[in-house]
Amino acid sequence: MATMKALVCRECGKEYPTQAIHVCEMCFGPLEVKYNYEAIKKGISRKKIQDGPHSIWRYADLLPVEGPNFLGPHAGMTPLVRAKNLGAYLGLDELYIKNDTVNHPTLSFKDRVVAVAITRARELGFETIACASTGNLANSVAAHAAASGMRAYVFIPGDLEAAKVLGNLIYRPNVVEVEGNYDDVNRLCSEIAGEHGWAFVNINIRPYYAEGSKTLAYETVEQLGWRTPDQVVIPMASGSLLTKIWKGLHEMKTVGLIDAVRTKINGAQAEGCSPISTAFKAGRDFFKPVKPKTIAKSLAIGNPADGYYALKATAESKGSMDMVSDDEVVEGIKLLAQTEGIFAETAGGVTIGVLQKLVKQGTIKKSDVTVAYVTGNGLKTQEAVIDAVGRPHRIQPSLVSFEQTFKVGKHGGGDA
Amino acid sequence: MIKVRIPTPLRPLTKGKGEIEAQAKSIAEMIENLNASHPGIKDRLCDETGDLRRFVNIYVNEEDIRFLKGKETSLKDGDEVSIVPAIAGGSSCQT
Repeated sequence: MATMKALVCRECGKEYPTQAIHVCEMCFGPLEVKYNYEAIKKGISRKKIQDGPHSIWRYADLLPVEGPNFLGPHAGMTPLVRAKNLGAYLGLDELYIKNDTVNHPTLSFKDRVVAVAITRARELGFETIACASTGNLANSVAAHAAASGMRAYVFIPGDLEAAKVLGNLIYRPNVVEVEGNYDDVNRLCSEIAGEHGWAFVNINIRPYYAEGSKTLAYETVEQLGWRTPDQVVIPMASGSLLTKIWKGLHEMKTVGLIDAVRTKINGAQAEGCSPISTAFKAGRDFFKPVKPKTIAKSLAIGNPADGYYALKATAESKGSMDMVSDDEVVEGIKLLAQTEGIFAETAGGVTIGVLQKLVKQGTIKKSDVTVAYVTGNGLKTQEAVIDAVGRPHRIQPSLVSFEQTFKVGKHGGGDA
Repeated sequence: MIKVRIPTPLRPLTKGKGEIEAQAKSIAEMIENLNASHPGIKDRLCDETGDLRRFVNIYVNEEDIRFLKGKETSLKDGDEVSIVPAIAGGSSCQT
């Protein structure tokens, strides 16, 4: 493909070769992949994409890899669900859920970014892959490493949900549980990455890794019949996903796949860890780091590295940001499950909770074509809802016992 | 003495060393002293106005100085300081 030109510092513009580096050595600014969009534009078309593989790799022209050996060949192309029931409940004519709870292989949007990161890491000659993670990323790195025959080190905070810990161990990577929160893990890994020649997907491979999130924008537009939505609601941890969806939409215009971007970008956080939303609501373009305290652990990044850019993207799009309480997170998870049959993890509860808030405020209007990004699977965060879902009806194995519990008429109807 | 951990991007200024020692009573003073012994460090860490650059994180004994007193955070003998670049991806829409 070779559409990558260089890595370029987002702050001062200094260029670097497309190696495993992530920080400008002059000003510490983040490095970003620079593409040759003219060349991409000549080769890309809606038809070529539609004829491509049923995965993120149908958009390989816009991803920072050389190819053609793609690892993680099944990531992406998750359903865009027309959420008629939830839409009716909220009063929206055209609501969609981008359902990454069923991403392959580890049931979160991280399968996209890891597929890109591990492909690039292999291209750069690495044999060991590593990450700092709030859980989903570690699961995905561990699974992709197993399938690709790479060694893996995954670093996680000490308080993760049981399913996210088990979801690492089963693939047998080196699981390192750090006594501290994600920000502690992140700082430690930044230091470890300087000492070992490993591919840390979200540190020295980050310029490539983060680009994988753009596929959520590409797929949404393609699945809407090459339309951009009017409104999107995106959960924010580091803020990277939001900035990359915004970038992906604009790239589609740049390479001629769509005519215009009319999308308003909305960011969602949990109250117990909302440095970005808090800054937005206060009208500031910088944020103050916080100590996270929320059940939405996958979003619990108190010092969000891309917070500044997330604020910028949201402002540019004339979108909004908001936050919800832990109780509203649980209600959001239940609402999505009970209206659309989709069981999201806590981050999904944050997204649905904030969506509901933005509709109530009138920020999102009835006729707006709206897409909510649900990025992880509820089976991984059962602790969050276990006390909020009731118990099964326990009966004796007899017809009498059943009918005493359920006053069901002979021809249907009735509840316990 | 204060132990200062140096991130990879700054090591060209420290002859490749990942850890150096400094004498200082505050972060601000530490930066000045590091700059005296390793010229150029201050420009990398601070912008034209002297404030720490947006993507520079400094930790004293594992605590982010933003939760302490920023550049005025005081230091004492035996403290360990880490200088760590923030891990942002960034996103440019001027495509």
